[in-house]
Parts: sequence; C-alpha cells; structure tokens
Amino acid sequence: MELRINQKTYKVDAEADTPLLWVIRDDLGMTGTKYGCGLAQCGACSVLVDGNVTRSCVTPVASVVGREVTTIEAIESDEVGKQVVTAWVERQVAQCGYCQSGQVMAATALLKRNPSPSTAQIQAAMVNLCRCGTYNAINAAVHDLANNIGSSAAPNEEGV
Amino acid sequence: MSKRINAETPAPGEPVNLSRRRFLLSSAGTAAGALILGFGLPLGSARMQAMAAEPNAAGTQVNAFLEIRPDNTVRLLCPFIEGGQGTYTAMAQIVGEELDADPSTFVVESAPPGEAYVVMESGLRITGGSMSVRMGYPSMRRLGALARAMLLQAAGTRLNVPVSELTTEPGHVLHAASGRSLSYGELAPDAMDLPVPNAESITLRDPSKFRWIGKPVRRLDSYEKSTGKAIYAIDMQVEGMLHAAVQHAPRLGMTVGTLRNEAQVKAMKGVHSIHRLPGAVAVVAERWWHAKRAVEAIQVQWQEAAADSPLRVMPADFSSVAFREQLANEPGPGRDAENEGDTAGILAKAATVIEATYHNQHVNHAQLEPPSALARFNADGSLDIWLPNQAQDAFLADIVKRTGLEPEKIKLHTPLIGGFFGRHFLYDTANPFPQAIELAKAVGRPVKLIWSREEEFLRDVLRPVAVVKFRAALDDKGIPVAIEAVSATEGPTEGIAGEQGPELDPTALEGLTGKAYAIANKRIAQAYVKGPVMVGYWRSVGNSLNDFFYETFLDELAEKGGHDPYELRLQLLQDNQRLTHLLKSVAELSGGWKPGPFTAEDGSRRARGIAMASPFGTETAVVAEVSIENGQVRVHDIWQAIDPGSIVNPAIIEAQVNGAVALGLSQALVEETVYIDCQPRARNFDLYPVLRPSRMARVHVKVIESGAKMGGIGEPPLPAVAPAVASAVARLTGQRIRSMPMSNYTFSQPS
Repeated sequence: MELRINQKTYKVDAEADTPLLWVIRDDLGMTGTKYGCGLAQCGACSVLVDGNVTRSCVTPVASVVGREVTTIEAIESDEVGKQVVTAWVERQVAQCGYCQSGQVMAATALLKRNPSPSTAQIQAAMVNLCRCGTYNAINAAVHDLANNIGSSAAPNEEGV
Repeated sequence: MSKRINAETPAPGEPVNLSRRRFLLSSAGTAAGALILGFGLPLGSARMQAMAAEPNAAGTQVNAFLEIRPDNTVRLLCPFIEGGQGTYTAMAQIVGEELDADPSTFVVESAPPGEAYVVMESGLRITGGSMSVRMGYPSMRRLGALARAMLLQAAGTRLNVPVSELTTEPGHVLHAASGRSLSYGELAPDAMDLPVPNAESITLRDPSKFRWIGKPVRRLDSYEKSTGKAIYAIDMQVEGMLHAAVQHAPRLGMTVGTLRNEAQVKAMKGVHSIHRLPGAVAVVAERWWHAKRAVEAIQVQWQEAAADSPLRVMPADFSSVAFREQLANEPGPGRDAENEGDTAGILAKAATVIEATYHNQHVNHAQLEPPSALARFNADGSLDIWLPNQAQDAFLADIVKRTGLEPEKIKLHTPLIGGFFGRHFLYDTANPFPQAIELAKAVGRPVKLIWSREEEFLRDVLRPVAVVKFRAALDDKGIPVAIEAVSATEGPTEGIAGEQGPELDPTALEGLTGKAYAIANKRIAQAYVKGPVMVGYWRSVGNSLNDFFYETFLDELAEKGGHDPYELRLQLLQDNQRLTHLLKSVAELSGGWKPGPFTAEDGSRRARGIAMASPFGTETAVVAEVSIENGQVRVHDIWQAIDPGSIVNPAIIEAQVNGAVALGLSQALVEETVYIDCQPRARNFDLYPVLRPSRMARVHVKVIESGAKMGGIGEPPLPAVAPAVASAVARLTGQRIRSMPMSNYTFSQPS
C-alpha cells in the first residue's frame, strides 16, 4: 500500500491491521515515534493524521491510506510545530525525553486547531503520560504558546 | 548528543591501531570516535596507565574522557548514564568549568565499561543512589583542570613562551603580552600527546569565580529530545538485524513444556524462528510486530518449577493481601539497626503510649521506555551489545559469565535511557539481554529484543513492601520521648542477594533510621521476611516508604500530644541549625505555616501537611495543600525546600524536584502493583495507574546552599511528599492515613 508520511509517498508491504507505529519504526526506520504501551494508554506514539493527534500504536496502517501522516521527524517543517519545539527547548521540558515526541505532537495538534486554548482546553488535550513528571514544564510551554500563537490570543494571566 | 552509533565503521572486531593523535583528529564523526576509543584504547592497559602520571588516581586518564575537535567542540565520555536526571549537562558544567570551555560546546556520550571511568570516591561505578554529581565532582573537576594544563603546555611550546605567561578564556589559550591566541581545537593534537601532569600540580578554580557551576546552564539534550532525534536502546538498528519478542512464564520459575501450536505459529507471517529459553518462549521475525503477535499466539504448556530451581519461584497461591497479612503477623523483636536510650523502659511506664501499624504497596518502575537489548556477534566471535543499564561494569561482568567471552571481546554500548528510577540495575530475571544474546547466537544474525509492556510488567522487579509497627511514648507535655519501629520487610539489596547478610540491609530501613529529631530513646529494627516477589531499587529506595511511615506517624504523635506538627518539629530540631533553617524556609516559601483546615478562594475546604526527609546526603522539607474532590485526594500545591549543601545546576534541580514530586504523588495517591492468584492484576497502563497530568500539583522549589557536603538530587525530593500529603489529608478529614496509595480510601467531603 501507499502511505503519505511527512509529505513523502512510501510504498510499504504490511498487513492492513499492522499498527502504523511499527510500520513507521521498523519498515521506514523513523524511530522518533515511540512505543510505550501498545494500548493507546500513554501517548508516546502520537502522530498527526490529517492534523489530528492519533495514537499510532492502535491505528491500523490501512486506515491512514489516502491521509497525510506527520511524525516528529517533520515537526519543524510545520510552522506551529516549530514553535512548539522552540517552546519545549525554552522551557527545558524534557528529562529522559522518551515521551516528549508524543507530547510535542499533542501540543502541535492542539495549537493548530486552536491557537489560544484555555487552561481547561489545554488540560483536556495534554493527557499523555510522563513518568519523569515534566507535566508542569509541559503546561508552562503550552501556556507560553497559547499566549503567542494566533493574533486573537489574549494574555493568559493564570500561567502555571 | 546521542548520535547513532554507526556500528559498521570500522569493521567489527578489526583491531584499530590508531595513535592518540589520530584519535584526536578523527573528528569526522563521533560515531567513529566512539568505536575507536572502545577498540583502540584498551582500558586499564599499561599503555593507558603510562599516560597518566598517577595511574591509580581516578579520572586522570584525560584521553579516555576527552576529545577536543578542530572546531573547538569538546566530546566528553561520561562515566554516568543519562536517563533524564541531567547528569550529562552537569558533567559538562563541571569539566567545562575547570577546562575553561563553555558547556554548550560539549557533546556528551556514555563511556564504555572500564576502570578508567571509576571516578567516584567510593570506587564504585554505577549511576544511582543520587551519587553521580556529588561523588564524581572532585574527579571531574580535576579532569578538566588536567586537560587545561595540557593545553597550556602545548601552547607554551607552540608560542615558545613560558606557560606562566599564558591564560585561558573559554576555548582558547591567550598570550596577553604578544596578543596571540590559539584555540583549544588547534592545540588539541599537540596537547593530548603530552603526558598527563601530576594531579597534585593542579590548582582548581576558586569557587567564587565559577561561571557555570552553580548556574542554570541549559540542558544539552533538550533539542534532540524535543524533535525525536534522541536515540534510545529501543531505537538501535544495525545491518541484517532481526527482531524478537518473548512470552514469559506466568509465574517465575516455571519452565517451558510443549508448544501446542508450534507449527501454526511457525507458519505465521514474518516468523523466522521459535525458541525455547529459560522460563520463556521467543519468536524471532523480520519485524517486531510479527514477532510479538506470533509469540503471544503460542500456547505453551508451562511446567511447574523443579524443586531445586535456583530462581525465586512464585507460588501459585500468592496474593498481595495475604502477603501483607503475613508481614503484619511476623512475630519477634527484629534485629536492631538503631537502639539508643531505654526505649523499652520508657514505653513500659509512660502514661501515654501510642501505637500504630503502617504499610506500603509494591510498585513497578513503569519507565516509559520498555526494556530492550540488541546483540550482535561479529565474525571474529566478538559481541556488540546495546542495552539500557545503570552499571556498565556489572553488566559486562555478567555477560562475560554468561557467554564465556573474554571481556575484551565484548563491546557494551549504553544509549540514552528512557527513564530508569532504579529499573536498569542487574536483576537476575528482569533484563532482556541474556535472551537477546542467546537468540543472536542461535540465529547467527543480530537480534533486537524488545519486551512488550505486558512482559515488562510481569518481570519488572518491584519496590519492596513493609509493614511497620510503631510505638511511641509522650511525656506529660505531649512531647515524644521514645519511639520504636519494627519493620517486617525485605530490603532491595538483600532481596537481590537472595538472603540477609551478616549486617542489616541499610536500604531496608533508611528513612526510619537516620532521623535527626531529638528523641532520646529510640529503637529501629527489622524483622527480615523473604518474600516471593523479585524486589529491586525504586527512586529514593527505602526512603520512599520509610519516610512516609515515620513522618506520618510523627504527625499522629503531634496531634495526640496536642502540638502543631510544624512547631513540634522545630522543637525536636532546636539544636540543629541546618534543619531548623530548612523547616522555616519551607514554611516561608508556602507563605507562612498555615495548617488549616481553611476555605480556599474557590470555596473548597483545604488543609496543609508538613514532612521532612534526609535522603542521600540531602535535606528536604515539604508542605502539601490538599482538598477532597469526588471522594479522592486532590493535591493543589507542593512547596519543597531542599538543601543539598552545594549545587551544580539549579534549573536541573528544580526539574528533578518536579519529577520527584510527581513520582511521590503517584505512589501516595494512585499507584500500586497488586497480585491476585499469583498474577499481577495490571500488565499495562490501563490497569496500572501512574500519576496523570490532571493530578499533578503546582510545585514551588527553594534551593538552599548551606555549604554542607554536597548531597544527591535525583532521589531526595521524593520521600517527604507522601507524608506531607497524608498529614494534610488527616488534618482535613480527621481520617488517619497509614497506607499508600490513598485511592484505597474513600473520603467524604469535609465541611
């Protein structure tokens, strides 16, 4: 089947129900997307499918044929994604870093859809697990961006 | 900083006879450099030792650690592994400070095994016990200073001036008199061929002039870790590699019997081969997904363990609840770890004696990166292996034992680690690498084995459980004058050893022992109970449970004696200036001690609790503010004052406090490994709750540099969190918390 990943077309030979995660990692050799649980519990495998954050470990590869998949490898090609990365570095978010690909994808999806999310909207969107406990730094980075992406963004005094 | 190791250059096992000069010039890639170092400079060899003026002084073999490239970047091979705690950045700060090179110009990688890298004062080389910075600090400073001296020497020769006329600025040697300057990169080829000066001849920088030590220097790995470029063991790929997955025996000790459907599984798509391993079956395949699906489809007839099995056999009737009852009923006085004054006498005649029994729960490590190992046998019989580990030399020794290979034939690589928290020590049945080695040998190709999350939850070692019986006597003013704690437990160190040694295991009781409170009569003892569960180290180790017990019990004593828990601690610590200051600091940080209950701005009823801990050479104090939401504890704020004596990076400390608070809240609020009918109830994050972002508290940190001996950072901020929360909940609800997690309690809405 043919997949569109990071604006390139790949021909892959995989059964229809193979999780997208393993096609990305093992067939295509892109290891930025992480395996954490295989059950859509942790979010380490998050990618964007047509801009929506998607847990690739439970996404059958056949279901993304004809759709545009974005992985962490292309995050800086996206204008919002690039800003998310900058905010992540600015806030020194990562510790072990293993979950952070997924966190960055989740934040990018949120901010592309809604450039100035409320605190409640951020809380609802940023649900990936982090065992190092970087939650406050993630929250701070997303709040920074919520204040600065999009012209209508009102200053958010709440912060963290 | 985590460049993929190009395992193809040079040819595996081919002896590389490079001069040090060529090594230093091999700046084409860190990849090649990493291998050249591993191959070309056999560590501990006479040649290496000849290079150092003092062969026995730790961390003086400059060439084993440092490569300064023509572009003036500095490659540092770090004795410690990076798993999130920030040690690579800290080491760049420490070495850079004395070398006079900006830490941001460093590329840091994990050093291979070898005695050259045993830099801790203790003579150990592990990454754990919050030891790396505090115990590597003197050696790593000296290392930087030695390298700087060599660069100065080389510059003196090059410029034909005495070294005394030379100075450095970051990355450069200057000769002020002539206005000439040479970059470190230009000088390195000459400098690194010089003999390493005598360590005694080195003058270290005056700490008041530090530019990077003590400053919030930015982590070196933030960008790679924010863009998916960081490479972990699970991401390793080598030419011709196959993938493997395993299915373990449901109970440790059982052995593989008949595979009922072997032929069908063998015919499944992508399957290369099926293998019987000790206590497990494995499938090797072209793709991991195929291997996993196939191995899970195997119907294994598991055989009961042999009577003489060397393993800790999991009994068929094991359950967490029954085990806890066994611990609670453990008779006997226990063996004393601390015994001062006349505890028994005071307890016998005191007017007020308070008794309470506490317990904790088993917990998993649940690090986000599932364990893996990639093994490759090379044409010459040598072995390359990539795996997460916190103890390179111990793993190497174990691989030597298992394979019979000479140590020189084994190249052990330690990529970045996706969280460890104590997970990646050498645990007999909890590491995938023995299986990966066996599979690679069997199939004659490199094999990467990943344990699925389900297999990881089955074979991970657990943080031990303890049941602690407390008794305490109060005097007529309600002040504790005697305390006794007897813990029925098995410590992780004696658990790994499989037996209690002649001495007590300090990791069993730490946090009950070592308390600074002026209570003249005390007895802290352990009743050793070997359990059926494989146990191991978990972030902050014994302190993670014992400070919960002790500090929460102390809160009970304050309440029973009619004292405020903050005031009582001040009184019990009145002769301890450092801890008095710490306690007052956390109160001040939280806006003044305000126990409540009180009504917050949002209308919720809240209260605060306070606790302290002294883990790993660092002193901590925590205030927690809680309310009850939908019958469960909501922690709003954690204020933590932490005194590690002196520090290297305040920003990383703040991040570590945040992380330790998260894990501390996780164990306090939600986390628990439960065995029912000999099986863990949870095999994945669906049933194993870890702290989710919605339950994270705001964290406020005050770092105090008292000037005391440098303490640890990774673990110390954890232990005081749970007792501060438990004490706050008791104050708010009137219900005493004597066990974790608090999700096992139901709380009514306080009015």
